[in-house]
Amino acid sequence: MTKRRRDVQEAAIRAFFFTCGILAVLVLLGIFLTLVATSFPAFRQIKLSEFFLSTQWDPTSPEKAEYGLLSMIASTLMVTAGALILAVPIGIGVAAYLSDVAHWRVREVLKPVIEILAGIPSVVVGFLGIVLFGPAIAKVFHVGNGLNALNGSILLAVMALPTIISISEDSLNAVPRAYSEASLALGASRWQTLVRVKLPAGLSGIIAAVMLGMGRAIGETMTVLMATGNARSFPHGFLTAVRTMTANVAIELGEVPYDTTHYYALFAIGLVLFVMTFAVNLVADVVLHKYQEREQ
Amino acid sequence: MKPAARKKIVQVIGFLALRTAMVLVVAVLLLFLYDIGSKGHGAITWEFLSKAPRKGMTAGGIFPAIFGTFLVTVITALLSVPLGMSAAIYLNEYARQTRLTRLIRLSIRNLSGVPSIVYGLFGVILFVNVMRFGTSVLSAGLTLGLMTLPWTITASEEALKTVPNSYREGALALGATKWQSIRTNVLPYAVPGMLTGTVLGLARAAGETAPILFTGAAFFLPFLPRSLSDQFMALPYHLYIMATQHHAILQVRPLAYGTALVLIVFVLGMNMTAVILRYRLRRKQR
Repeated sequence: MTKRRRDVQEAAIRAFFFTCGILAVLVLLGIFLTLVATSFPAFRQIKLSEFFLSTQWDPTSPEKAEYGLLSMIASTLMVTAGALILAVPIGIGVAAYLSDVAHWRVREVLKPVIEILAGIPSVVVGFLGIVLFGPAIAKVFHVGNGLNALNGSILLAVMALPTIISISEDSLNAVPRAYSEASLALGASRWQTLVRVKLPAGLSGIIAAVMLGMGRAIGETMTVLMATGNARSFPHGFLTAVRTMTANVAIELGEVPYDTTHYYALFAIGLVLFVMTFAVNLVADVVLHKYQEREQ
Repeated sequence: MKPAARKKIVQVIGFLALRTAMVLVVAVLLLFLYDIGSKGHGAITWEFLSKAPRKGMTAGGIFPAIFGTFLVTVITALLSVPLGMSAAIYLNEYARQTRLTRLIRLSIRNLSGVPSIVYGLFGVILFVNVMRFGTSVLSAGLTLGLMTLPWTITASEEALKTVPNSYREGALALGATKWQSIRTNVLPYAVPGMLTGTVLGLARAAGETAPILFTGAAFFLPFLPRSLSDQFMALPYHLYIMATQHHAILQVRPLAYGTALVLIVFVLGMNMTAVILRYRLRRKQR
């Protein structure tokens, strides 16, 4: 083979791999632009102020169709906040246990446990919300069937835990040994070292972990669809049925006629979800990145 | 109390709290697996695994759903594995630290955070409408393929990173071209690791429901899909139907438990295979 032909071949191969690499950017951009283009027609009939500030969502009303997203945004945020209240302390606790307390043999056994938990499909978690957590919540709080925001929060906490645990543990393990050795040499106990040296040093990683867990909770669909009861009213507490943005898209997209304002409005909800998770992930990314740069 | 004794007690209580958190997480997992296992195994018969549903899904089996999930996972793999591996090869072997490379990496990280239902919406527009594949097993597989792409890329890049630079340099020093060095001295060592990481991503895709809801999964089909443009039944969607949409929910609850058990075994089976392969691989590399 002549050198020239070989150079051409090498360039072609490189170009092929480059195309595959750039695909990630194109897909992300494609998702965003598709959502924008498909939501756009919705706003010929819906006022932006109605979409974001009204609590009434009733697109199939015979008198006047209403497209207010506020109840669902509030539901999503409420269920997510509940999940984080449960998952953050437990998640950081487990991460600290794995990095600072557990014997390495125990750790070898427990890490796959976290991976298995992450591997359970969301629809199975939702099913357990119906058959296991629902009846338990109904019994403890004396409410209907137990399909409410609390149920959703508990399940989302379980689903966010693996993310929070593994990233927090990585960041605790990345704290330089010299920090903890210095602290121990000054007479601090292992607990004091953990709480006053390692946790603050790994804080940015832990914040990123929490943000990523939050992103997962906001975007999770099947679990909340099955476990939160899906009532369309504004949420009045953790023991009422709520309908999140994701659940609403899943419920209504199957029945909505193509090329209607309602159809486009569901894509607008998709766009809101995309922007919210994108923002959360971006913050996580910036925090994590800063932290890695400082380490180097 | 003496300060030293207090320090000791605080530590004991603190570590106890951490241990409790760990026990709680393990307990939740065991509770999940026990509940599904104990109430699901009764439904598992040969008929359940090999026959189609009968009598309005109150009897019979779930074979079309098992087959559908298998088929859609194969399509997912066919899209996401070659593309993901190639993208990883670009990032790890060719790309320099430029602004564009950073943008690609940022996109990959953000893609893995896009909600699964948003992938479903994207699939409806791109594959079902624009490319005219209709609601079909092909559209669903491609949608899941895009969703797994960031995981495949990340896992493949991890595997490529474990190949020492001296392997590449050895080939280059002998006059090999870049691609020759990658093909003969990098890929043979990286591909097993790439595949195990990929299987973990595919296992997650196999258990996903939201992206296939509107791109091809069917409520009920008495027969198997005969072409890629047919709709299909899938295990996760079938579980959702049996748990929430069926006209006789309490009557079919044992079947729902059975479906959940089969789905968990399917997904965790793929997970286990990957974890065991990875373990063997690491031992071999040492």
